[in-house]
Amino acid sequence: MSQQNNWPLWEVFVRSSRGLSHVHAGSLHAPDAQMAVRNARDLYTRRNEGVSLWVVKSSDIISSDPDEKDSFFESPQGKDYRHATYYKASEGVKHL
Amino acid sequence: MAPSASQESGLSAVPSYEEEQSQARFDALIGKDSRVEPRDWMPEAYRKTLTRQVSQHAHSEIIGMQPEANWITRAPSLKRKSILMAKVQDEAGHGLYLYSAAETLGTSRDELNDQLLTGRAKYSSIFNYTARSWADMGAIGWLVDGAAIANQVPLCRASYGPYGRAMVRICKEESFHQRQGFEILLALSRGTEAQKKMAQDAINRFYEPSLMMFGPPDDQSPNSQQSMAWNIKRFSNDELRQRFVGMIAEQVKVLGMTLPDPELHFDEEKKQWIHKDLNWDEFMNVIKGNGPANSQRLERRREAHREGAWVREAASAYAAKQAQSEVA
Repeated sequence: MSQQNNWPLWEVFVRSSRGLSHVHAGSLHAPDAQMAVRNARDLYTRRNEGVSLWVVKSSDIISSDPDEKDSFFESPQGKDYRHATYYKASEGVKHL
Repeated sequence: MAPSASQESGLSAVPSYEEEQSQARFDALIGKDSRVEPRDWMPEAYRKTLTRQVSQHAHSEIIGMQPEANWITRAPSLKRKSILMAKVQDEAGHGLYLYSAAETLGTSRDELNDQLLTGRAKYSSIFNYTARSWADMGAIGWLVDGAAIANQVPLCRASYGPYGRAMVRICKEESFHQRQGFEILLALSRGTEAQKKMAQDAINRFYEPSLMMFGPPDDQSPNSQQSMAWNIKRFSNDELRQRFVGMIAEQVKVLGMTLPDPELHFDEEKKQWIHKDLNWDEFMNVIKGNGPANSQRLERRREAHREGAWVREAASAYAAKQAQSEVA
């Protein structure tokens, strides 16, 4: 019934104010990059949520494999000494 | 015994070792109330249930633009017009957030859109009631959006990540919708006798349909339990309806109006609100397509889609031309 568009999917990143990173807000369909940016403004910044936008074609994003999640992120596990909270002996010492 | 269809197509009814492992991982995620993300394995029934629920929700937002859009030109002041436009724009946005979430489950946007336009998909039956007076804008905001919010707040914690994230965004934006509706009624309640009557009439017509937005009573809602086991739904239909009716029973006093329900009271012993029996035959009839505005709503959506065709074609053609000149 409806004619098919097959417009690419774009991921939208919004910088909420100067000094902060762009953060993923969601996605949308648009025929090209320029329209994607304009649609992103209308869709994700109707209440002053942003001062800058990025759009990236979803198909251009490379992600880690969810099935390998456990082995891929295994390395930091059990390495508590990478956190300041691991060091207890110096507790109570000022400005440390 | 004749071989079943699944055996003939080479699919085994007995899950493979990999499937069992995947199911166990999925169950563990749900068990510790974590979130399922698009690339995780999930049971087919979970995917189907969510696709249906999220896309129906999206369609409801899109169809839900109509009753209010019809009142923009007739809203009594420039400020009221601006507010209505912002609200209708929000609903379009909410539809788009939800379509994006539904798509991550594997059904394309074009297919979802097609399901709506061909009438194969359902949307909330509340939008098949007509909005006859300006006071209806108030009653819709207060009661319809109010019921929607009561439904949606727990969905922010739905086990499917993209759905929950869309709902967080929607709930944040939705809160102004209910307040603006209430304030329309408040203004009318302080007006002339005719205005008060108009407000009461709108409340009378939207009270029962808004209570029915939570779905059938728990003992007649077979899918609810599975949805709750999957952490999609957090509270039953009746629990949410209770919470809502308790809130509006208080709020209506501020308006100096009444709810059209002489039986409504809080039963101290049972610790629950008792309301009148709802007309579920009417509810089912509206869902089946026989509500006051079913055909009108769908026809308007098809018309809007047809009228937008040249815009979509032009945008596609421009994008193709730009892409070509980049190559050249």
